[in-house]
Amino acid sequence: MTELQTAPTATDTPGAMIELHGVGKIYPGSSVPAVADLDLAIPEGEILVLVGPSGCGKSTTLRLINRMIEPTSGRIVFDGEDVTAVNPDHLRRRIGYVIQQIGLFPHQTIAENIGTVPRLVGWDKARIAARVDELLDLTGLDPVQFRDRYPKELSGGQAQRVGVARALAADPPVLLMDEPFGAIDPITRDRLQNEFLRLQGDLKKTIVFVTHDIDEAIKMGDRIAILGEQSVIRQYDTPERILAYPVDEFVSDFIGAGSTLKGLNFERVRDLELISDFPVVDVDTARDEAQRRFDASPEKWMLVLDSVGRPHRWVNAGHLADASHPLAEVGAAVNSTVMPNATLHDALEEMLLSNAGCAVVVDERNRYQGVLDIEVLADVLKQLRQQAKKHYDDLAQLDAVDQEAQLQDAEPQ
Amino acid sequence: MTSLHDVPSEVVELDAVHSAPPPGARDEQVSDDADGYRLPPGVRLIRSNLGLFVTPLIVIAGIIALRVYYNSADKIFQDERALDWERNLRPQLEEHLGITLWATVFTIVIAVPLGILLTRPRYRRFGSPVLAVATSGQAIPAFGLLVLAFAWLGRGPWTTIWALALFTMLPVLRNTMVGLEQVDRNVIEAGRGMGLTKRQVLRRIELPLAIPVILAGVRTALVITVGMAALAFLIGGGGLGETISAGLKLSRDLVLITGAVMTALVALSVDWIAALAEKTLRPKGL
Repeated sequence: MTELQTAPTATDTPGAMIELHGVGKIYPGSSVPAVADLDLAIPEGEILVLVGPSGCGKSTTLRLINRMIEPTSGRIVFDGEDVTAVNPDHLRRRIGYVIQQIGLFPHQTIAENIGTVPRLVGWDKARIAARVDELLDLTGLDPVQFRDRYPKELSGGQAQRVGVARALAADPPVLLMDEPFGAIDPITRDRLQNEFLRLQGDLKKTIVFVTHDIDEAIKMGDRIAILGEQSVIRQYDTPERILAYPVDEFVSDFIGAGSTLKGLNFERVRDLELISDFPVVDVDTARDEAQRRFDASPEKWMLVLDSVGRPHRWVNAGHLADASHPLAEVGAAVNSTVMPNATLHDALEEMLLSNAGCAVVVDERNRYQGVLDIEVLADVLKQLRQQAKKHYDDLAQLDAVDQEAQLQDAEPQ
Repeated sequence: MTSLHDVPSEVVELDAVHSAPPPGARDEQVSDDADGYRLPPGVRLIRSNLGLFVTPLIVIAGIIALRVYYNSADKIFQDERALDWERNLRPQLEEHLGITLWATVFTIVIAVPLGILLTRPRYRRFGSPVLAVATSGQAIPAFGLLVLAFAWLGRGPWTTIWALALFTMLPVLRNTMVGLEQVDRNVIEAGRGMGLTKRQVLRRIELPLAIPVILAGVRTALVITVGMAALAFLIGGGGLGETISAGLKLSRDLVLITGAVMTALVALSVDWIAALAEKTLRPKGL
């Protein structure tokens, strides 16, 4: 079996930076493996999130990669090189490592902490100092203010920024992160996650990220591996597809309720076909013409646009019947709209808030583009599910063909 | 290694030392007085190191008081002779300090490496038994240990030095082990994860972080040693005990009190130096 079983998306996966081949860990005195026979390819330049219930061995798996825990079986390939037996200390200098408790050295300044690995690999002082300032800047800390501080003078969020900066110090191609934002309050965590994603957009590191929080996994991951007991991979895919199509009950239980809603975060309004035949009138349209158009449409509401084509009022049959006011003043104001780059999650929110049950889509200058309603969303979700299912069906078929081919190969001539 | 933490005494008071606000004007966070107004730096420095300023004053006051007492006392020939600076007091003082210094040096040289060894994974299982032996060894009266050492090594200052070094091994050994064990595992994990070797982790992380606790043990050892060095005269080791003993034999209060007060002043001074070392050698940032 040459094909990595656990990477069904192999076709659209970039080259693997790290490959685990049948890696396992059995602690001495235990007959049950903590990690059993794990095959995993970690794509270059992406964030792979290992997520699973507590005690499933995800942290152990992470620590097997930099050999903080020595595997008892299998091979680890790092950037094409088998590192199963190289000096682990040297290996680790090429892999950034961030842990939940951060573990800053309390007796060293922030600058000394960040400069740890560069010092180990023999950079000169000037280069280290420049790198420290660069990293502090990058992680949103003012170098002048922070470089000479000690860790106890930092808040939790600041300390974790320094932890990330320290891991990035010698510019390692790979970063291992073990619940890095787990001990930080939700608001700061959200900010750190966003900043980290922005940073990763520039750095394009290969990152393995461990968390037990499926929401964090969905947010951070380019790909997610959902792990069960003994680090067995239950599903490995993009967040979109996992949300659209959990392969089994374990995965859907773990994702929990609301996975459909979460999936809406990955689709954007601009990719959808808007409802084009929604009744719309200009604000200076004659009343009888407006009434005619409204009657011609099955919708219960009609949108009135202002003179430059911006959504202005929602009107219904009752409003239209009220002839005492001009069209510009009847009905309800259009308070909220969505832009094409909004997610479907945002669009859904607008739908729920709007009188008409529709989200009005506008361009950057607030001009009317079209309307989305709940049926459009339902269709999209159905399509996503079907696509994901088809993807897995195709894979199963490919597998079957593969196996057949192998069987034929194996037959004696 | 629960047994490490079961051991009472010094370690308990150590924690109090740790939680005290860090010294020095470097730290802006402690600059505000409880009343909320800022104190000038000089006052802050004195306040946070009050103990360090008091001891020298006491010692100086003690020296002056002793001189005044000596000058005003009625002296007989034996007093003059026993308290002769060049003939007796100075050599005794030097012996006393020598015994203290060398005993402490030997204690550190043996107990610190032993403590490091007994906290390494390979030898950790010997830690508890060794500590148990050391603890029960501590129960032997110092005098008994001196006599045993005398029987084995004969007369002289070196016998005293070895006996005292052995006797004060425990606090240093125990504090070395506790100091190393209490280093945050996550800090070590982070260090190893970044590619520091075990030796580098020990030298750059574990030992610096254990220094305050180890030094507290050394200070305890010093104080015990300087006090017990007063018994060295019993086996011909010299020291200020000679003068105390002479005072007892001669039934001369002047000699007895001079010897006793000098011993106390030496002990205070040594403790002060140790406290100073503790302050200055403590890594910043803790």
